[in-house]
Amino acid sequence: MLIRNVRVLGGEPTDILIEDGVITALGPGLETTGEVVDGQGAIALPGLVDLHTHLREPGREDAETVRTGTQSAARGGYTAVHAMANTMPVADTAGVVEQVWRLGQESGYCDVQPVGAVTVGLEGRQLAELGAMADSAARVRVFSDDGKCVDDAVLMRRALEYVKAFDGVVAQHAQEPKLTAGAQMNEGVVSGRLGLAGWPAVAEEAIIARDCLLAAHVGSRLHVCHVSTAGSVEIIRWAKSKGWNVTAEVTPHHLLLTDELVEESPNGPYNPIYKVNPPLRTHEDVAALREALADGTIDVVATDHAPHPVEDKETEWAAAAMGMIGLETALSVVQEAMVDTGLLDWAGVAERMSAAPARIGRLSGHGRPLEVGAPANIVLYDPTARTEIHPAQFASKSRNTPYEGLSLPGKVVATFLRGKPTVLEGKLA
Amino acid sequence: MNKHLISAADLTKDDALLILDTAEELARVSERSIKKLPTLRGRTVVNLFFEDSTRTRISFEAAAKRLSADVINFSAKGSSVSKGESLKDTALTLEAMGADAVVIRHGASGAPHRLANWVRGSVVNAGDGTHEHPTQALLDAFSMRRRLGSLEGRKVTIVGDVLHSRVARSNVLLLSTLGADVTLVAPPTLLPVSVDTWPCAVSYDLDAVLPKSDVVMMLRVQKERMNAAYFPSEREYSRRYGLDRERFAKLPEEAIVMHPGPMNRGMEIAAEVADSPRSTIVEQVANGVTTRMAVLYLLLGGEI
Repeated sequence: MLIRNVRVLGGEPTDILIEDGVITALGPGLETTGEVVDGQGAIALPGLVDLHTHLREPGREDAETVRTGTQSAARGGYTAVHAMANTMPVADTAGVVEQVWRLGQESGYCDVQPVGAVTVGLEGRQLAELGAMADSAARVRVFSDDGKCVDDAVLMRRALEYVKAFDGVVAQHAQEPKLTAGAQMNEGVVSGRLGLAGWPAVAEEAIIARDCLLAAHVGSRLHVCHVSTAGSVEIIRWAKSKGWNVTAEVTPHHLLLTDELVEESPNGPYNPIYKVNPPLRTHEDVAALREALADGTIDVVATDHAPHPVEDKETEWAAAAMGMIGLETALSVVQEAMVDTGLLDWAGVAERMSAAPARIGRLSGHGRPLEVGAPANIVLYDPTARTEIHPAQFASKSRNTPYEGLSLPGKVVATFLRGKPTVLEGKLA
Repeated sequence: MNKHLISAADLTKDDALLILDTAEELARVSERSIKKLPTLRGRTVVNLFFEDSTRTRISFEAAAKRLSADVINFSAKGSSVSKGESLKDTALTLEAMGADAVVIRHGASGAPHRLANWVRGSVVNAGDGTHEHPTQALLDAFSMRRRLGSLEGRKVTIVGDVLHSRVARSNVLLLSTLGADVTLVAPPTLLPVSVDTWPCAVSYDLDAVLPKSDVVMMLRVQKERMNAAYFPSEREYSRRYGLDRERFAKLPEEAIVMHPGPMNRGMEIAAEVADSPRSTIVEQVANGVTTRMAVLYLLLGGEI
């Protein structure tokens, strides 16, 4: 297959020749006797890799399945996603992670790399069989109790130490549980006015500080999920300056949205579409997160795609589920927040949304630069388009996007997984 | 006026004064032997109570009935979710019954805002979680005005668990709209971290504030706060923030004492203080009915 007239990382127009799922030639004026896709000047990026996706299967197939979730991922330009462990049953055994991995293989829209739970049942009491999951067909390298924090310091230390044996990483959901008991939104001006129980920044920052120190002490890899506060950024910057093996991610929504939306939005106040964990924070936090993503303090943009059925959001605020979907809007939001603001170029986007997450997740077949010999995992993206967000058009089974009705820049034109198109002309292939 | 009364912030100064003046007129009706007006005949008011609050419910019920409205009491104890029916489905049911106004009391902050998305009638917030209770603020303002005249420049001190108090939130907003100077007094643990952005002053020292107060409003301290380390003990709270006889004596001669009820006598307020002639606590209950009559009357566009 030949992809004509694309701009790799936004550079000069060129062609990409793909044979047997691998890039075999790069340069202008290539010819083929096979299939041709006209890129029409779109930007070519390495296929995106999500380090933080909730596919909900097994257990909540009413919200998402591996199939619809990976279709959603492909539509967003992803060629690999890490499926979080908080399914029902929890992905805390080799059996469950292999099931999810196999469902991903069958779907064919993108690679599914299961994340294993750190503790049995995400209950924070006993380590799950991390080694068995690592040795399974799913080859798990990322372990996380996401949704819950491994708040027991000894258990966290042991997990960090234990995963060194197979080059694993513990991805921590940093949330001190007692400081956030019953918490509903960012603790600040808006929560005070709305009478919603506050979720203080310190509940995130205290855990991150502790975990950085633990990771340094035992010489292990720590990954911090969905960093949301300016203070967290400062702590991670400090840990990195020490040379410690700490990486971090930020979600697209924390790069764009603030807690003011809970009070004032087109949908009225208290709309649970904005209810998410960690909560939307303030303008100062958003600015700090953008800066940290630009300077590399934050390594990765990860979606935390969290599908929920309509009835779990059409409720009073306190009763609503936490989370937002994000796979199909991530690249557009990153363009809006980072590229169009001049903070990041397309090479930077490729690093933060493809290379770095693949490196952290130890996915050898993803995140490679678009060059001869690399697997043909490619997304074509038109940054000049504008897309009005209509949730009904999503491939995801769920509709809980905070961007409904907004006009966002850019559009995923095509996605290729090892040379096979999963999306063409913006539609599932 | 807005179609709904969900937050005291929905009211302009003119709106608030109109409600208070209307309540004043309606109070005269309450003094008659026949207390009923025909103004809301044929209109339906639903009292939708997800929390037990007999006082507030009967106050709204009496208000609606004195205006000749049909009243439906819909009591849904516990959360709508635990009952299995969502707030939205309850709302659609009421909508199908043709409710002209829904008075809602709910344990979740913001529930009235959500309800307003799903019903066509007016929504009146009768207390939502730890957010607001605007008719309580209106009846408090009405009670103050009856005793003190205009609220412009009056010094109102609100004491107690501001963090969890819907009464405090609504009062701060309404009283600042009406030109009063509000000071909140509480232990720092029972104030929101962002209280410095509110339109009021803050103090931790009740004794320093009392001599300058025209009104002292004591808030109820919930039992469950005592186990959550907001303060060390009931006794210490009472000693530092309770309105006992000695503190009461420090108030200016004309100052009044208020409490939204139900009271913990001996905890935040001494019995002698609660029962003193300068306490408006019983009047507040009576004024609740007339103020709520005024709110329903104005929202539903009745005619006197």
